[in-house]
Order: sequence, then structure tokens, then C-alpha cells
Amino acid sequence: MKNISINIEKKEFFNYENKIKTHIAIKDFNLKIAKGEFCSIIGPSGCGKTTLLNLIAGLDKAYTGSISFGKNKAGRNLNKAFMFQTPRLLPWLNVQQNVEVVLNKNQNKNEISKKFLSIMGLEKFLDYYPNKLSGGMQRRVALARSFATQPQLLILDEPFTSLDEPVANLLRKMLLELWTKQPTTIIFVTHDINEAIYLSDKIVFLSKPPSKVLKEISINTKRPRKMDNNTIQKIKNKILKANNSILKGEL
Amino acid sequence: MIIKNNSLLIKLLSFILLLIFWLILASILNIETLPSPLEVFFKLQKDLSNGSLIYHLSITLYRVLVSFLLAMFIGVVIGILMGNNKKIDNILDSWNIIFLNIPALVLIILSYVWFGLTELAAIIAVSLNKIPNVIVTIREGARAVNRDLLQVAEVYRVSKSKKFTLFYLPQLYPYLVASARGGISLIWKIVLVVELLGRSNGIGFKLHEFFQFFDITSILAYTFAFVVIMIAIENLFFVPLDKMANKWRT
Repeated sequence: MKNISINIEKKEFFNYENKIKTHIAIKDFNLKIAKGEFCSIIGPSGCGKTTLLNLIAGLDKAYTGSISFGKNKAGRNLNKAFMFQTPRLLPWLNVQQNVEVVLNKNQNKNEISKKFLSIMGLEKFLDYYPNKLSGGMQRRVALARSFATQPQLLILDEPFTSLDEPVANLLRKMLLELWTKQPTTIIFVTHDINEAIYLSDKIVFLSKPPSKVLKEISINTKRPRKMDNNTIQKIKNKILKANNSILKGEL
Repeated sequence: MIIKNNSLLIKLLSFILLLIFWLILASILNIETLPSPLEVFFKLQKDLSNGSLIYHLSITLYRVLVSFLLAMFIGVVIGILMGNNKKIDNILDSWNIIFLNIPALVLIILSYVWFGLTELAAIIAVSLNKIPNVIVTIREGARAVNRDLLQVAEVYRVSKSKKFTLFYLPQLYPYLVASARGGISLIWKIVLVVELLGRSNGIGFKLHEFFQFFDITSILAYTFAFVVIMIAIENLFFVPLDKMANKWRT
């Protein structure tokens, strides 16, 4: 995996009933992410964060500009993983099958899926169907699925929202643990600045639509950090003091 | 469990009650056109032992099976295409509405006129009657497919065949089971008409023959045998299939 360089000139959505009216979601967006970096993206609601992730993941190809992964321009052969806002497990497959389904046939599916599921503490639930699991456990399966493919790039789109704080904290810890064991580049979208400071090497603030990069802030505090620690509050206050409306997407 | 057993008991009693009504009515009226259940039973036994019932029943079941598979296959393929592609949907929709509204009898007659009194014509006629229904159901299912799950397959670069069989098709299962169940009960009724009009074997042909001789006992015996078989197919094939497809829901 190489450095990622994102240059989006324009991404617009067409209104199919009225072709003249368009919504420009992203404009003049430039961002570089280093190999192995944990990069969080924060932006106001509706600023096009999910749109941006879809472009990076290659799910949406209709834009002008370029997203390159080192020399690999298109990133077609890049191993990517995506953890969505909802777990998106296949309800008709059990926990283990849900991880195995994204592995290719050359891999030892049984061994890999068991390994990652037991790291997530799910070894007793291998043959459970997702509808039997709690929301937090479903996220853990999704997280195991993401890492099992040994991605060179892992994208997470507000993966821990709608979970209560202790469960979310546990999952954040598990994410960092997996990331330390198996380093990869991470792009993590959130609207929670505490979460971003806790997790990342770099936080990128986005503007209101048409979305572009407002500010990049590096977090150099040593890990392991503590979620309820003063240092996080201090860093947060420092950021917000210098740019008091940055969370609304303004400078 | 007790409630379940009770409902089974009630069903059984109600069936016996029907037989008793029939028996009483037949003995009061005492006419040739309403034989008693006992006569029907003995007739059934006789036809079973001389093999004629088995022969015609198996011919009819064979026709039901072939036209069912054909109708399901064509209907599923076209239904998926129409559900996924607006253009194909626009082109084929009016055709489908026309076929949906042509009476079964017209399709049967035309099929025999154009393709001759052959097995092929019979199969085509039955299938054509069912295909539009399958298309409508499957198209509804294809439209309701959750694209979010397909995105998962895309991101992880899952192979095309795996994406179809594990991410796409399971979403259609409820629609497939519904159209298969509705299909089999519609098809066997149409197969009898097709046999009556242009075949020289099968249950439909025999019913026609009995009708000409006013042999009501045989008609009832054949009907009874056929209904039992179709109920058995429903319970031994479709119910387990449905359970299997919905295992993850429980």
C-alpha cells in the first residue's frame, strides 16, 4: 500500500426529473493520506462524507478528478475493506460464513475467519445468525470481516454510531488493537470529535457542501490514549478555540 | 403442543364430517350421479390395482413438472431482467399485461392449432399461462433487492457468481417460493384442461372419457387421487423448502 492522493475536481448529483438542477457535493477536494496512517474525517451533517467514501472505495465512479494509490492509479487491484454505518451482514449466513464470504478461495477461510472472530471475542457465536446478535456484536462481526481480508485500505463510515458509549468504547479499543496487530491505512468518518482525537493520527475537517478540506490537524499524543482523559479534552478545547465554528463546516 | 394437536384433531373431524354428509346425502337421494364415498373408494382401489390410475397420474404429473420448471425458469430470468432494467421493463411490460389477460383456454386452443396436437404444444400452452404470473412476482422481488448488501460484495471484490448466489438470490427466495407455490396449483388445473382438449392420456383425458360415459364414480375417484398427490407435494416439498429458506429468520 502506498500513499493515497485524492484530487476531486467536482462531484455532482443530477436531478433526473430536471436535468438543469444539480447538487454539487464535492468541489476542489485535495487530500493526501500516508501509508499506515489513521485518518479521521469530520464534517457537518450532509457535507458529503459518505459520497467521498464511495468515491474512494470505487463504488461510485462518476466524478471528475483522480484518486490514486501510489503508482497504482485506479486502485482496482487494491485490497479494500469498508465498514458501513450499519453492519450490512447477510442475514441468511451465520457469523462465520459472513466473514468467509468475502475471502477468496485461495485463502484458508476456516482458519482466517475463526482467528479474527475470536480476536473479537465471538468464538462462541460462530454458528449464530445475525438476527440473534446484539447491535454491538453485529458490529464486531463486521469489524472482523473488514480485517479478515487483510486490506491495504480500510474505510469506516461512522461505524459506532447508535451504540451506547461503553459498547462503542469497547469497539474502538478493538479497532485499535486489530490495527496494531495488522497495520493498514484507515480512513474513518465520524461526527464525534472526541472519538476522532482518541483514534487518529490525523483529523481532517470538511466544509459545508460543496465540500472541501478546511483544515488538517495532526494528533501526536502517544497511544494508548484514554477516552475519558483530560488530554483529549485539552486537545479538543485547543482545536475548538482556534477555530470555533469548524464543526459547522466554517472557518 | 396441545393446541396444535387439537387443531389437527378438529381438521380431521371436519373431514370425517364432510364424508358423513356425503354418505347421508347419497343414500337419501339414491341416484346414479351421486355415488356414495364407499363406492368411490372401491373404484379407487380397483383402478389402483389394475395400474390404469398410476399410468395416467404419472403422465399428468410429468406434464405438470416439465411445464412448471419451464415456466419458473423463463419467468425468473425475465422477471429479474425487468426488475433490474427500466428499459427492458418498459419494452416487455405491455406484452406481459397482454399475456396475463389472455384466457387460459385461448392460449391452449391457439397452441394446439399452431403446433399441432403434440406434447410440445401442451407444454407450451401450460407454461405460457404461468410465465406472466412468475414474471410479475419475481420483478417485484428484484425491485425490492437491497443494494446495500450488493455494495458489500463490490467493495470486497467478491466473484460475480458468488455475488449472485449468496448476495442477490437469497433476497429473492420469498418471492421464488411464493410464485412456485402459486404456480404448481395453477399449473395442474391447466394441465387437466390441456389434456382434455388434445391429449390421449393423462388425468384430464380420462376425466373427459368418464364424462362421456357419465361415470361419476370414476371422476370422483380420480379427482381424489390427484388432490391427495398435490397436497403431498405441497407438504413434502414446499413446506420443507420454505422452512429451509427461512431458517435464519427464526
